[in-house]
Amino acid sequence: MILVFAEHQNGIFKKNTLEAVTYARKAAELMNLSCGALVLGNANSPESLGIYGAHKVWQFDDIHFSNFDSRMFAKAIADIAIQQQCSVLVFPDSTTGKSLLGRVAIRLKADSVSGTHTLPDCSNGFEVKKKIYSGKAIVTLSLNTDIKVLSLTGNSIPSEKTGSEVAVTPVTCELPEAQVAVVETNRVVGTVPLPEAEKVVSAGRGMKGPENWEMIEKLAQTLGATTACSRPVADSGWRPHHEHVGQTGIAIRPNLYIAIGISGAIQHLAGVNNSKTIVVINKDPEAPFFKAADYGVVGDLFEVVPRLQEALEDYYSS
Amino acid sequence: MNILVAISKTPDTTAKITLNNGGNSIDESGMSFIMNPYDEWYALVKAIELQEQLGGKVTIVHVGLSDSDTIIRKGLAIGAQDAIRVNANPESSNFVAHQISAIVESGSYDLVLLGKESIDYNGSTVGAMVAELLDFPYVSYANHLEMEGDNIVLNREIEGGIEKCKSSLPLVVSAAKGLAEQRIPNMRGIMMAKSKPLQVVDPVSVSYGAQTVRYELPTEKSGVHLIPADDMKELVRLLHEESKVI
Repeated sequence: MILVFAEHQNGIFKKNTLEAVTYARKAAELMNLSCGALVLGNANSPESLGIYGAHKVWQFDDIHFSNFDSRMFAKAIADIAIQQQCSVLVFPDSTTGKSLLGRVAIRLKADSVSGTHTLPDCSNGFEVKKKIYSGKAIVTLSLNTDIKVLSLTGNSIPSEKTGSEVAVTPVTCELPEAQVAVVETNRVVGTVPLPEAEKVVSAGRGMKGPENWEMIEKLAQTLGATTACSRPVADSGWRPHHEHVGQTGIAIRPNLYIAIGISGAIQHLAGVNNSKTIVVINKDPEAPFFKAADYGVVGDLFEVVPRLQEALEDYYSS
Repeated sequence: MNILVAISKTPDTTAKITLNNGGNSIDESGMSFIMNPYDEWYALVKAIELQEQLGGKVTIVHVGLSDSDTIIRKGLAIGAQDAIRVNANPESSNFVAHQISAIVESGSYDLVLLGKESIDYNGSTVGAMVAELLDFPYVSYANHLEMEGDNIVLNREIEGGIEKCKSSLPLVVSAAKGLAEQRIPNMRGIMMAKSKPLQVVDPVSVSYGAQTVRYELPTEKSGVHLIPADDMKELVRLLHEESKVI
């Protein structure tokens, strides 16, 4: 059996959870196993996980799971994995998934990999690949313990609606007392958080000042994209720190990344070069970013961006 | 407060990666190595700030061979009081976590701090493993931390927001940007670091852990497709028809 940890946020299964469910289903097919999704706490329609590939859905509905304590969550996941005789555990590669993976691996004395982007190759044991050095190399790792624990990098395998709803089976185990108490949670509302965004419009020092950001926000709105910025822009206070993408900011992997007025220092590229399609708009034809780009526009951003805005509006209205 | 800070060694971000023998190993000749920035800028400096405020001691732990001593001395120059090097290659996160937890058990620490991830493997798992091995609470991605009586209050970065939480000590914390301000070692610190104790210990044996099979380089991008600055309709067409992202 393969267990996938079906993380939810206020009851909603996020994109990376659905991707992990589809991944677990595909891995199960490769290994002639079945795939069970584990829901901790109260979520909306756990049965819907069957649509994304789960053969079984287990739910441990307990009020304690409304408070995130990694030790309590890890014990529940590991205990249920043993109860259900699971040999592979899959986590979404989120802040929650990454906080749990190590704890669960230790509890189960299991080999683990965080952030794989490939299905296991079982022709010679159990091997998965992982991008390292900011995508400059790929390592193949072999997991040799009876139980294997891994997390799936977001946006590497699309979720697929191939199945149908399945009945939810209640499960339970003994829970330890929480060691960490969540006092309050504050989320930015109304926009897709950068780590989960499929489209990102990002701008840098070429913008000349914070007063010029309206056109970036407008472009993002038209595209349904999240806005981001380079480090110098965040450091000079032109934009909030949570928009900073790059090595010391947030690492992102959207389908579309549009970089406007960003030269493409290696530290910036390290955080964005796993994006599927990169568009670079810069007036300097020598900007290093063009080497990492799929599409490039050499020109004054104050002229190019309004033209792109117009072309996109035409596209979406037709 | 006695604090243990785990630091790791990573290639400089600008390092060019080349492989040996068709992918058996990474060619490290000519690569420069640094202290992992999340460990140095945030975990270590926060530990030193707490020590300055509350007293106690900051100890560095590192799993690596003697070629790591330069970055350990840098950590001592920034302000840690002493250091322990576990004399072994950091084979896997599991291996490293077992070494760190053995050091915690052999001493008396109230807090274990480390960066939220290393910039080479971006694994982000060692902290959680150490916490589990020691049965300590764990708070990841902390960008703010302060004492409140006997408890510790932290802000933790989550997708699109912040979670404020509270824990007792001892505790394992992984540090994100914002937890502290980077400090550059000064001349006095560098001189003092030379005489600070650096103890070398043998590793504990660990029976499992993921194994590296081989390395490969990614396929290069085919090259940028330049679009005339006055033809944004063409860019939109390509995004729709060729890359299918809109």
